[in-house]
Amino acid sequence: MQIKIKFFASLAEIVGCRETVITIEGKETVGSVWNQVAGDRPMPDGTLCAINRIHCEFDREVKNNDEVAYFPPMTGG
Amino acid sequence: MVCRIVEEPFEPFATLEKCQKEIFINRAKVGANAIFVGTMRDFNDGESVESLFLEHYHEMAEKVLSDIRAEAVKRWELDEALIVHRVGRIYPGDAIVLVATWASHRAHAFESCRHMMEILKSDAPFWKKERLKEGERWVTKNTSGVTSL
Repeated sequence: MQIKIKFFASLAEIVGCRETVITIEGKETVGSVWNQVAGDRPMPDGTLCAINRIHCEFDREVKNNDEVAYFPPMTGG
Repeated sequence: MVCRIVEEPFEPFATLEKCQKEIFINRAKVGANAIFVGTMRDFNDGESVESLFLEHYHEMAEKVLSDIRAEAVKRWELDEALIVHRVGRIYPGDAIVLVATWASHRAHAFESCRHMMEILKSDAPFWKKERLKEGERWVTKNTSGVTSL
């Protein structure tokens, strides 16, 4: 299945990528997908995630055509 | 025009006036209007800040702002609620965010306006990167929304 991945703010700089599409097989979670796309870069403390533009937990299973996003704590407003 | 993400500078009070004309048929029904305007300051963490870049996750930010507004309208007795958030390159004194609520009574207007602003700070996907005299840095946390007074 194909998953669209997005990184924002400091995480995009750390990973060196803003957006990519990966193909995965079997059961994967938002947390395990990080390891596939970020290589050996550990996930920074405080990292947050979303699936299809809704905040989620890292143990959330990903599904075909999901859009998974990783980002640091928000600092808008 | 109840939730907007804007890339150009906006004047919050002109925006409010325009919004009121657009969405209110009978302002005589409204007894209270609470307004919060967040602007960029030229210092942070002991350093002068020349400008900042506000990055955002556009599609998610639109949804989060819309959800924040919808929840407030449901929870409090509001006639209307407005959120405008700036993105892109921002300079000291520029408005970053405008949150406004209109209600029959001040309690609903005040409480909902503050609530919307605090949830926006923690949930809406916007990130600030400051440009200093030498170099740039990401803002990593928000200041507290309450005082110790």
